[in-house]
Amino acid sequence: MGRYIVRRLLIAIPTLFAISFIMYAILALAPIDPLSSFGADPRVPPEVREAIRHSLGLDEPWPVRYMKWVTGMLQGNFGFSFLSHSPVIDLIWQRLPNTLAVVGVAYIVGLVIALPVGMVSAVKRNSIADHIFSTGAYFGFSVPTFFTGLVLIIVFSVKLHWLPFVYNSNLKVEDVGSLAEQLRQSIMPIAVLGLFDAAVFTRYIRAEMLEHLPLDYVRTARAKGLLERLVIIRHVLRNSLIPVVTLVALGIPSVFGGAIVTEQIFHVPGIGELLVRSIFLGDTPVVTAVLMIFAVLVVLFNLLADVLYGVLDPRIRYA
Amino acid sequence: MATTTREVTRLATVDLVRKPRSLWEDAWYTFTRDRLAMLGLFTLVFLVIAVVIGPYVYTGTKIIDFTRSLEGPSPDHLMGTDDLGRDLLGRMLDGGRISIAVGFSAVFVAITLGTTVGAMAGYFSTLDNPLMRVTDMFLSLPVLPLLLVLVYLFRETLKALFGPELGIFLMIVFVIGILNWMPVARLVRASFLSLKQKEFVEAARCVGDGDARIIFRHILPNTLSPVLVAATIGIGGAILTESTLSFLGLGFPPDVPTWGRLLFDAKDFIEIAPHWVLFPGLCIFVVVLSINFIGDGLRDALDPRRKI
Repeated sequence: MGRYIVRRLLIAIPTLFAISFIMYAILALAPIDPLSSFGADPRVPPEVREAIRHSLGLDEPWPVRYMKWVTGMLQGNFGFSFLSHSPVIDLIWQRLPNTLAVVGVAYIVGLVIALPVGMVSAVKRNSIADHIFSTGAYFGFSVPTFFTGLVLIIVFSVKLHWLPFVYNSNLKVEDVGSLAEQLRQSIMPIAVLGLFDAAVFTRYIRAEMLEHLPLDYVRTARAKGLLERLVIIRHVLRNSLIPVVTLVALGIPSVFGGAIVTEQIFHVPGIGELLVRSIFLGDTPVVTAVLMIFAVLVVLFNLLADVLYGVLDPRIRYA
Repeated sequence: MATTTREVTRLATVDLVRKPRSLWEDAWYTFTRDRLAMLGLFTLVFLVIAVVIGPYVYTGTKIIDFTRSLEGPSPDHLMGTDDLGRDLLGRMLDGGRISIAVGFSAVFVAITLGTTVGAMAGYFSTLDNPLMRVTDMFLSLPVLPLLLVLVYLFRETLKALFGPELGIFLMIVFVIGILNWMPVARLVRASFLSLKQKEFVEAARCVGDGDARIIFRHILPNTLSPVLVAATIGIGGAILTESTLSFLGLGFPPDVPTWGRLLFDAKDFIEIAPHWVLFPGLCIFVVVLSINFIGDGLRDALDPRRKI
C-alpha cells in the first residue's frame, strides 16, 4: 500500500510539471502582450516600455522565464501582480480559504442530502419516492449553476427580500449578529453548489446500490436474520460507497468550475473570481498562478481518489 | 386430431415469428418505448426546427424601441423585451442557433479527436502507453479555468482572421472540443483492446486485410454505440460550457445573443426584468435536460445486455 502511494505520488509530480509547462507555454506564446495595457498608451515611450519589459524579465526567451518561474514557485514565490504590485501568493492566500469554504461546505451539504435520498431511491426502486427523487436529480444536474443562482436571487433577494445577493467580504465575524449575517450571505452560494453536488451524488449512490442489492452477500446477510436496516446500511451502503468515493473525488474539477460561476454571480471573493478579474485586466502572473493552483487541486484530488479506493476496497491489490 | 395439433402449432409459430430485426432496428424499437427519451427527442427536434426556421418566420426582432424597454411578456412581445426594447423571443431564436450549433460542432471535434487517439492507442500497442499518458494528463487539466484563459488569449487573433462571429465560433468550438475528447478516447481504446483479440479480426487478417481496413471496416463500427451515447451527452455538456463562457463575459460578443450571452446581459437588470433571465435560462435547461434524456434512452437501447 505504502509503495503504491509513493508510486502514485511519483507519477503526480511529473504530471504537474507537464501541466505547468503547457500552461506557461500557452500564456507565453499567446498573441497577447502582457504589457498591452501599456502598449496601447501612446504616452509611454518605446525605451520606457523596453525598460519595463526588462525589469519584469520579459525580454528573455520564454523557456528561460519558465525555468525561473518554476524555481520561484517551488520556493513559494509566484511573482508579483502587474496591477496591484503585491505578491501573487498573498492574493491567493487571501482568497483560497473563501473558495475552499464554499466548495467544501457545499460538498458536505450535497452528501448529506444525497446519502438518504439515493439510498431510499435504490431500496424502494420504482416507488413514487424513487420517481420523484430520480427526476429531481436529473433536473438538478441538467440545470446550469448560473441559472440556479440567478433564480435564487430573483426569488429570495428580489421578490422576498430575505437574503442579500452581494457577498460582503469586509464582514468580520465578531458577535452573534455578524455571524448570522455571514450565514445569511453564504446560504445562496452554498445552496447553488450543494444542490448540484447532491444531484450528481444521488445518481451515483442510487446506481451503485442497485448494482449491489441483488448480490449474493446481501442474500446471505438477510438469510442469517439480520435486520433489513442493518443489511442496507452495514452491507449494501458500505460496499456501494467505494466507487462513489472515487467518482466524488474525480468530480472535483467540475466543482471548481461551478465555483468560478458561483463566485462570479454572488461576488464571493474566491480564487475563481480572482481568475476572471485578472483575465479581464490582463494580469498574467496572477492568471498563471491561479491556473497552477487549480491544476494542483485537481491532481491532488485525483491522487486522493486513487489512494482512497485502495484503502477502502481490499480486493484491489497493488503489485 | 394429429392434423389439428399440427395446424395449431403452425398457426402459433406463424404468429410468433416476426420479421427479424437488425441491431439498429432493435435499438430504435427499445428507444421508442422509452417515454422520457421520446419526450426529449421531440423537444429537441422542436427547438432545433424553431431556431432554424424561426428567424425567417418571426421577423422584426432587431427593432430598437426605447419606449418599450424592459417590458414583461405581452401579446406584442411574447417573452418581453431587453434594455433596448428589442424583442426577446426573436433574439433567443437568433442566438439559439449559435448555442445549438456550438454544441453539435464541439462534440464533433471532440469525438473525431477522441476516436482517433483511442483507436490508435487501442490498436497499436506501441502507441498505447504514450497516448494514454497524454490522455491522463489532459484529464488532470483544470478545464473551465483553462477555457477562460484560452478564449481570452486567442479571441482577438481569431477575430482578425475570420471576422467577429465566425472567429469566436471556431475558437469556442475547437477549445471545447480539445478539452473534452479524453472520455471518448478511453471508451474507444477499451473497445479496441478487447475487439482486436476477437476471431473476426483474426479472420480478416487471414484473408489479407491491412491495418487500415481492419480498423475502419471491422473494429470501428463495433465501437459505435458507446461513442454515440457519449456524443449525445457531450452535446448537452458543450452547450452548457458555451453558455458558461458567455455568461462569464468570455464567449460571444453582444451582437450574437447566444443564451448564455443573454443571461450575461440580463443579470444586471435582474431586479427590474426577471423575465429576461428566466427565458434564456429555461431554454438552456430544457435543451440540456432533453439531451440527457435522449442519451439515457440511447444507452439503454444500445446496451446488448438489455434485450427485449
